Amino acid sequence: MADEVIYRSDHVLEYPFVRSVGPVIGAFLTGLRDGRVVGTRGSGGRVIVPPTEYDPETGEETSGVVEVGPEGTVTSWSWVPRPRPKHPLQTPFAWVLVRFDGADTSFLHVLPAAGPDEVSTGMRVRPEFAPEDERVGHVKDISHFVATGGAS
Amino acid sequence: MSQYPALTSGRRPVGVVSFAQYDNVRREDARNEVEMLMPVVTEVFGNIGITKDDVGFICSGSTDYLIGGPFSFVAALDAVGVWPPRAESHVEMDGAWALYEAWVLLQEGEIDAALVYCFGRSSMGDLSEIMAVQLDPYYLAPLWPDPTSLAALQAQALIDAGKATEADFAAVASRSRRSALDNPKAQVAYDRSAEELLAEDYEVAPLRRHALPPLTDGCAAVVLAAGDKAYEWCERPAFITGIDHRIETHSVGARDLTVSPSTRTAGEKAGVGTKKVDVAELHAPYAHQELILAEALGLGDGVSVNPSGGALAANPMMSAGLIRIGESARRIWSGQADRAVAHATSGPCLQQNLVCVLEGV
Repeated sequence: MADEVIYRSDHVLEYPFVRSVGPVIGAFLTGLRDGRVVGTRGSGGRVIVPPTEYDPETGEETSGVVEVGPEGTVTSWSWVPRPRPKHPLQTPFAWVLVRFDGADTSFLHVLPAAGPDEVSTGMRVRPEFAPEDERVGHVKDISHFVATGGAS
Repeated sequence: MSQYPALTSGRRPVGVVSFAQYDNVRREDARNEVEMLMPVVTEVFGNIGITKDDVGFICSGSTDYLIGGPFSFVAALDAVGVWPPRAESHVEMDGAWALYEAWVLLQEGEIDAALVYCFGRSSMGDLSEIMAVQLDPYYLAPLWPDPTSLAALQAQALIDAGKATEADFAAVASRSRRSALDNPKAQVAYDRSAEELLAEDYEVAPLRRHALPPLTDGCAAVVLAAGDKAYEWCERPAFITGIDHRIETHSVGARDLTVSPSTRTAGEKAGVGTKKVDVAELHAPYAHQELILAEALGLGDGVSVNPSGGALAANPMMSAGLIRIGESARRIWSGQADRAVAHATSGPCLQQNLVCVLEGV
């Protein structure tokens, strides 16, 4: 009994609006489309990537566009042995927080690997971009990260 | 002349005088939210012999994202019955935040009592996907990182910093589930050693199954009463002497995930460290988060942490925070504790934190 569906109703949740991402997030996403990674400058000159319109700690307005990376260092990671249907990769992978060279904050993305033994905090990585004609100005314009073989 | 404790927050003594919660279950198929709430609301009033006409304000906490329909909290009011019309509010947050709003209104002095309730059925959808929708819509949500994946980043950061090991996570889970054996409302309770738990497979490394909260359908309710009204309804009210809520950035990559500065600040503002703490009920959905919270609140070895089993024993969405306040209050009513710290969290990796200090006289 407990496994039977007693009542079923399909709902479609929609967000049927188009909105501008603005000059800061827009610069980042446009950068990805062009195969570059940019951040912005926050309080005390900290470089924030991915950029926000305000400093995440002080709330002060950020300014400027700063190119970083494209290489970076893993600051933390977790290993997904059984990816979920909506995850970006459908084979086992690591979530990685990546601090791009020149940045002071970290960016979340995925890194495919044969196993967790191949992933570690401090490892050097670079983004693998989607093919140029498929990039649209979206966080998934970075297909995934790959190890460069170095360690910091 | 009634006795009241000194207050760190506010000027009017407001006490938790009644608490009730649903039997936390993995999947409640047969009852909808209103049908789940009705016995809980009946119990929370019945405990102290009052009715809805005795409270001047009703505040609830829930989220439409669980049920997948807008304004679901309006229907839930049927569990209370609001005729004739009365003052009512809702937060799209855990019930602990609804309690905070009710406490603020009680400070103003126009009303003397309030009902707070909350509800959520995790089983209505895929909770991991629903929780991803609360994240930054440009940088995080399109990747669909689930709460366990994000919590595992935090756990790995603790390991890398040398602040904890996987064995420490297992020790928290082992102790919590053992404590839960004494909690009739617990969904997951067992007597298994940390060593045994460490043999489990990883869900998302470095978190194994034991370090994760259960998926829970449930609801809870609390009655707050101010001043003499609190003593009228409760022999030993659990007075809220301090309450504070702080938020960190939603960007998990911009935070040091090994510490919880928002909990630290909220704890300081609520006066946690000014006197001895007997009991702490911490809303730590993932085992390693209890370690971060205990450090942020400065809880020493003499504090009984999560005697109910905490969120590892039952984690009903939107209620697990209010239940921490209710479990703390119960221990003050019974005389088991004189002073308790209750904590509620929201957002990825302990982004938001509310700290509530309760004291009996």
